[in-house]
Amino acid sequence: MAVSRREFLQGGAAAAALILSGKKAEAGGADGTQLRTKGLKSSTTICPFCAVGCGLVVHTKNGKIVNIEGDTQHPINQGALCSKGSALFQVANNERRLQKVMYRAPGSDKFEEKSWDWALDRIAQKMKEARDKSFKAKEINKKDNKEYVVNRTEGMAFLGGAGLDNEECYLWSKFARSMGVANLEHQARI
Amino acid sequence: MTNHWIDLRNADAILAIGCNPAENHPISMKWIEAAMDQGGKLIAVDPRFTRTASKADHYAQIRPGTDIAFLGGMINFALQNNMIHEEYVREYTNASFIVNEKYDFNEGIFCSFDDQEKTYDPKAWAYAVDGAGNPKRDKSLKDPRCVYQLLKKHYSRYTVDMVCNITGTKKDDYIAVAKAFCSTGRADKAGTILYAMGITQSTHGTQNVRATAMLQMLLGNIGVAGGGVNALRGESNVQGSSDYGLLFHLLPGYLKSPEFDNVDLKAYLEKWTPKTKDAKSANWWGNTPKYTVSLLKAWYGDNATKENGFCYDYLPKRSGNYSFTKLMEKMGKGELQGLVCMGQNPAVGGPDSLKTREALGKLDWLVTVDLWETETSIFWKRPGVNPKDIKTEVFMLPAASSVEKEGSISNSGRWAQWRYKAAEPCGDAKSDLWIIDQFHKRVKKAYEKGGAFPEPITKLSWNYGHGEEPEVHIVAKEINGYFTKDMTIVDKDKTLEFKAGDQVPMFKYLQDDGSTVSGCWIYCGSYTKDGNQMARRDLADPTGLGMYPKWSWCWPVNRRIIYNRASVNPDGVPFNPKRVVIAWDALEKKWKGDVPDGPWPPMNDAKEGKYPFIMVPEGHGRLYALDMKDGPFPEHYEPIESPAKNLLSKTQTNPAVKVPANVSSDAAKFPYVGTTYRMTEHWQAGAMTRSLPWLVELVPTMFVEISQTLARAKGISNGDMVKVTSERGSIEAKALVTSRLKPFNVQGKEIEQVGLPWHFGYAGMATGDSGNVLTPSVGCANTSIPEFKAFLCNIEKGGKRA
Repeated sequence: MAVSRREFLQGGAAAAALILSGKKAEAGGADGTQLRTKGLKSSTTICPFCAVGCGLVVHTKNGKIVNIEGDTQHPINQGALCSKGSALFQVANNERRLQKVMYRAPGSDKFEEKSWDWALDRIAQKMKEARDKSFKAKEINKKDNKEYVVNRTEGMAFLGGAGLDNEECYLWSKFARSMGVANLEHQARI
Repeated sequence: MTNHWIDLRNADAILAIGCNPAENHPISMKWIEAAMDQGGKLIAVDPRFTRTASKADHYAQIRPGTDIAFLGGMINFALQNNMIHEEYVREYTNASFIVNEKYDFNEGIFCSFDDQEKTYDPKAWAYAVDGAGNPKRDKSLKDPRCVYQLLKKHYSRYTVDMVCNITGTKKDDYIAVAKAFCSTGRADKAGTILYAMGITQSTHGTQNVRATAMLQMLLGNIGVAGGGVNALRGESNVQGSSDYGLLFHLLPGYLKSPEFDNVDLKAYLEKWTPKTKDAKSANWWGNTPKYTVSLLKAWYGDNATKENGFCYDYLPKRSGNYSFTKLMEKMGKGELQGLVCMGQNPAVGGPDSLKTREALGKLDWLVTVDLWETETSIFWKRPGVNPKDIKTEVFMLPAASSVEKEGSISNSGRWAQWRYKAAEPCGDAKSDLWIIDQFHKRVKKAYEKGGAFPEPITKLSWNYGHGEEPEVHIVAKEINGYFTKDMTIVDKDKTLEFKAGDQVPMFKYLQDDGSTVSGCWIYCGSYTKDGNQMARRDLADPTGLGMYPKWSWCWPVNRRIIYNRASVNPDGVPFNPKRVVIAWDALEKKWKGDVPDGPWPPMNDAKEGKYPFIMVPEGHGRLYALDMKDGPFPEHYEPIESPAKNLLSKTQTNPAVKVPANVSSDAAKFPYVGTTYRMTEHWQAGAMTRSLPWLVELVPTMFVEISQTLARAKGISNGDMVKVTSERGSIEAKALVTSRLKPFNVQGKEIEQVGLPWHFGYAGMATGDSGNVLTPSVGCANTSIPEFKAFLCNIEKGGKRA
């Protein structure tokens, strides 16, 4: 239902009166006289799409995200959001989100559900096999015909990072280099 | 960005070239419009009449891939019409530096080119030096071999007529743009240049960026409020992932990843630590040893000692180019057993994507960590293939979204902002931090029983608490860095006492002897004894310029405008008294305003003054570059696939780029210029938006944008299915016929263009063919970023996929 500015202000006054009177307010609906976010837990976040770095406020109720909107205190966006930022709620609440660890065996035509423990152990084993098999401790340089220590894993590549947090990027960088992975790239290169 | 988003409001002119902020960075328009409210002029230069163009005071159409011609013409325009900021150019750039006698340029080729290897020897471009080893200078700028004169000569060829013949821009539009922007070459005016992938995705992309920087230096626009060279970055933390060295050639903090012949730490530091003999040059990279050793201490802890070169041997050494496209080639040859994609979707995001999809099938195993099924994670059941034929083992791991974990991300303006966890991850999803932690712990356990050179893994310092989830604050503290022993540091008139374990307050206190740890030196100062600076939310704005120094934290050292020592004259007096970024207080002997680019007094101070461009050893902004792979000056070359001959020289394409096999400039087969672009409603490879019903409703399907003239010529109506073909493959999509696209007049011929969003693929809720099926896998000479923005194609009505 459309609410005129006058009705909205009246609603605000009514809500204020309610608070003053000490009566317990009902959770506001679309037609309610108070903000629907009242009484909800809120925390701030930064938009995960482009790199303007707009602020948003996330509202939760009983641990579930029930609303996300622009952060009016944020100096860059001052509460405004584009269509992507406005849709962040649907990233948090979306039936297409991956919920389980999925595995596809060689030649199979389907994914099957696996436990984290099983998958992580197998991935660690695969990473070790690839590293052991392709690790190059030394190589002869073609130009000067000299031997150099390179300590490099040739057969494995790591991609990505532009959607990770800084702390995650840092650990990814540290982990990759410890694995001898020189084939390390992220979205800035494309 | 040298500056930051809010600072756009301080500009008198905003040149958006190779970017479309109204479409791709919509909230930035808030600040662009704030500038326009104060009389600032918005200038849009783009192949298409974009949403930004529709808001602009001046619009100039430019043929894809001809940015150097356009910008080179503006450099010439500023020089010929005396519109440059002369004092700035003379004092702060290398305009006065004399170049050695060997330098030469002829028919599109600079001296010392090896035609076999397609490489230059940049040593031939060096400055001439005096007896003390310092570059020779002529501050009158008259010496015929000074950079200023060479620059003037080089760009004198870029006349307005020549430029417009190349770029297809209307002459009146070009002159209007040149006048409007070059009018900021005065001390009391500021102009900003905004760019994005239209500039970088080119075989001469780095030189495109350099051309913007050179124009800005000539106009005195670097370091000032409302100025700068500002890359509008497209992913929320692509700044951070670059800062943390997730690129083959880098370690965290833009330290170089070691090369094979940097045989030990000493050799590495010798190679990568620049030197100067000029006492007035701060030569900030002279601190490379401190930052490198502090990084190695962060990675190898107590195992890293002076005696063992701080475990430098444990780092892999590179021998060549491992950039994205090279990795895809390697994968196609079956030379990679495994690939891990952390939120990256190469089956859609990379060029020549049919090849990439095929190459994925050569892997033994693939791990994807994402919120969604992506084209990469389901490549084995993509349309047209039989899963039975694909032997790759695939692990698809569910990742937590940004509101389901805690940590920081860095925006384009280098602001690191903290995010909080609002809810538990969806289903069994886990944060990337947890997943990486598990990878390490499980691999380490396996290597404790033996394997190839296990020490880099088993001796890695990895102590992030004892909980199920690694403690993100411990990680952030390690990135900032701490002292490993009690220290007394004398800093001018102050004596500072630190205890082992204390956070390092800022990177000038990092050491090269192992007494400090810092995982990424440029973030030193982000998490100090005063707590997590990235979480700050104080809206104080003491300069009134919108810098908000206590909102979040920005690298380096919370400096909001970098190179800000160039915003004042050599005596420390602001060039523009109305927009003071920093100013020298001679009584208190200190700078006021933004955090200055170094604490030293103004440049003219005989004892301690320093030049403003502190990141190059000569301390002066480079109008003439010494270390590019394709020449000291940006020179116009045609894109690898082009409908035109190079009018400026006999060298058709960038000579330092090797042309691959599957490109074609056959105008009979492929008569149109193809260019890819992004839109507000979708994002990058599409996984994050093509499954959100609200956004899918707004833009439900892939389309191909063409002009009304091309539509008429081909009998295509809005909404018809069309087939677009390039040398790499073909796609089908709906035609979108608009007046936003117009043909270019290229050397007397009308050349049509075809615009394609690249967000679509076969996974998710809204699917469609991928624009990158058409794009060529050939990259910039310096960065290897592919030439997505300019290629040749054909378009036909209807038709089946080839």
